[in-house]
Amino acid sequence: MLLELGYIQIEDIAWGRKTMIEGNILQINREELIRKTRGKDTRISSIAAELAKPGESVRIIPVKDVIEPRVKIDGKGGIFPGLISGVESVGTGRTHVFRGCSVVTAGQVVGFQEGLIDMSGPGARYSCFSGLLNIVLVIDVKQGISGHEHEEALRLAGLRAAVYLGEACRNAEPAQVNRFEVYRHSDPQKDIADLPGVVYLYMLLSQGLLHDTYLYGRNVKDLLPTLISPTEVMDGAIVSGNCVSACDKNTTYHHQNNPIIRELLRRDGIDLRFLGIVVSNANVTLQDKMRSAEYAVKLVELLGADGVVISKEGFGNPDADVIMYCARLEKKGVRTVIITDEFAGGDGASQSLADVTPHADAVVSTGNANERISLPAMNKVIGDIRIVEKIAGGQSGILCRNGIEVEIQAITGATNELGFECLSAREE
Amino acid sequence: MTEKLKAVHYLNQFFGQIGGEDRAGVEPLLTKGPVGPGFLFQELLGPEVEIVATVICGDNYFAEHIDLATENLLAMIESCKPDMLMAGPAFNAGRYGIACGTVCRATIERMNIPAVTGMYKENPGVELFRKTVHIVETKATTVGMREAAEKMSRLAMKLIKCEPLGSPKEEGYFLRGIRRNYFAAETGAIRAVSMLLQKLKTEPFVTEYPMPVFDRVMPLPPVDQLNKATVALVTSGGIVPRGNPDRLESSSATKYGRYDISDLQRLTPESYETAHGGYDPTYANADPNRVLPLDVMRDLERKGAIGKLYPSYYATVGNGTAVAKARLFAVEIVKDLIRDGVRAVIITST
Repeated sequence: MLLELGYIQIEDIAWGRKTMIEGNILQINREELIRKTRGKDTRISSIAAELAKPGESVRIIPVKDVIEPRVKIDGKGGIFPGLISGVESVGTGRTHVFRGCSVVTAGQVVGFQEGLIDMSGPGARYSCFSGLLNIVLVIDVKQGISGHEHEEALRLAGLRAAVYLGEACRNAEPAQVNRFEVYRHSDPQKDIADLPGVVYLYMLLSQGLLHDTYLYGRNVKDLLPTLISPTEVMDGAIVSGNCVSACDKNTTYHHQNNPIIRELLRRDGIDLRFLGIVVSNANVTLQDKMRSAEYAVKLVELLGADGVVISKEGFGNPDADVIMYCARLEKKGVRTVIITDEFAGGDGASQSLADVTPHADAVVSTGNANERISLPAMNKVIGDIRIVEKIAGGQSGILCRNGIEVEIQAITGATNELGFECLSAREE
Repeated sequence: MTEKLKAVHYLNQFFGQIGGEDRAGVEPLLTKGPVGPGFLFQELLGPEVEIVATVICGDNYFAEHIDLATENLLAMIESCKPDMLMAGPAFNAGRYGIACGTVCRATIERMNIPAVTGMYKENPGVELFRKTVHIVETKATTVGMREAAEKMSRLAMKLIKCEPLGSPKEEGYFLRGIRRNYFAAETGAIRAVSMLLQKLKTEPFVTEYPMPVFDRVMPLPPVDQLNKATVALVTSGGIVPRGNPDRLESSSATKYGRYDISDLQRLTPESYETAHGGYDPTYANADPNRVLPLDVMRDLERKGAIGKLYPSYYATVGNGTAVAKARLFAVEIVKDLIRDGVRAVIITST
């Protein structure tokens, strides 16, 4: 499967008469964006659209999802299969990426563990989204609808907005086109048989109750672990429906730009053979956890892996899943590296994970999410600042005039467990 | 002119210039001004600080009366109303290290002032106190005195002024078990793939979160039919044939000895002694059965309480000996014992 990603670098965003790209500036017709975002969803009561740029004194809170606008130029399927487009397999042909900008959905909080993005100040260092030109959609829904309906309404609205922006700029010419393809291991030109075979085990949060992830539109809660091509993920096959744990949830943007897949593709045929991706889930019952662990480990074995990178999503309960994967693989002689964040307490003195195994001797830490940070007041808040007292990492009474003090787990993406950021923790 | 900051220094009987092992029983006492290495500390701490007093306690006295000694020492320290406490450095002296750690911890907890000590990495005080006390890493012996004093003084000054500390490596103190965030040079994803490749190539790599694994030994059920079992004696108390034929080190042992006792009813001071350098050997040398109870084992054998005593015993010195080394000794010793059908072992320590 060969996928070409054409990058159109967006240098600025502005409201304009017509949605288009002119000289690397994304101009957006505000009314049309709002109309397209709403679609035919009668659950939505109001939508406001705002722009937030790097360096501005702006706080976006609470953040539901972040999505990178893209458009399918050539090849099968469409963007966000199973949700916005049909269910044809994606991951081939050409897709254009509007780099440097994103759609952020905000508004009434869906789950209590959503987070914030600061566009400047000390919090900006912790989130890649602080460095993007953000088109923020503040979406409210009608009273009386369930949490699940609320989540779905916002999830689909955000995807529609990203697809609208991509379609409107279909004619923009990419400055750079990258080709992505898993190395053809039978290629007689190169002798790479000696390189270690590596599989990526991609754990997706699927605990229900607003902790869900979608694969081709299906909630992975009911998934038996399965195989997926790296280019399918890059083409939007995995979408976040996760309203929990801002710091270590994978937004749709994280899935679209999964850095582990990028790195494995970059090194494929050079110092490793990238054998494929096993997508798995993280459910709540022990039997479900064990079933998924058994099945995922079997798939890794069938692929003939020497080593596996395992990424986690969420914390606490999913620690049990990741430890199961790790211990089972290591016992079979398959070497593992786990990417996880830590919850070591505000003082950093507690055990970081809820479950451990001596087999997990290679762990990449994406930081202690309990570490506290003081965030100064911003001139403008998009969303609802009062929610900061309720989100994870916040607490009652932290809202003071001069700013807020929160755990970094309140910052969207701060300790992302796909290893998106540079943050880590060490013993001192 | 602002008042000088006041420091108190804790020393054992040796560094406190009272005497050697023969004076290790000396009770806590307080003297004005610096003593012994205290003069070096005074020079390094500079004019902002004055070492107003030195508190001294014998290592044996402290080890045998930990609670009482700590109380008395703390009362002496409090009477000086100091702004900080310096202790040691203790280098690789285990009892002294534990005393330094205990006094520092009590001072930090009860007086809420900074306390700094220094130890060699294998000093048992490091593992006991590194999470609550800033312990500077020193050399094993007094050769490292100046270096240790420099690091301890610099660290103490930073603590007392509430200046931000560098990493433990930069400041020279032992890791304190605190997880702290920092920004790495590369993303987590890139680090993960690199780490996996290193692991696959069996190249050295460093995990970013060592699993908290505890080496727990599950107790076995009581020995069935002890009156038929062969029982062995093993000691870390350093009991060796007189003259120490295997040259067991008095601390940080790198070996153990195996000695035949099949013809002996009890150990005599003429034939056996201790090689251990970490405790007062007077009573062990006067009657080596106090550490390796051969006499009692023969009694039990005669009464039929045990089947028989294994004809050899094993001895090493558990004084600053690394756990990794001790584990290696155990693996080898256990091989012999299992091969020879030993079903129970009495291990004595000091």
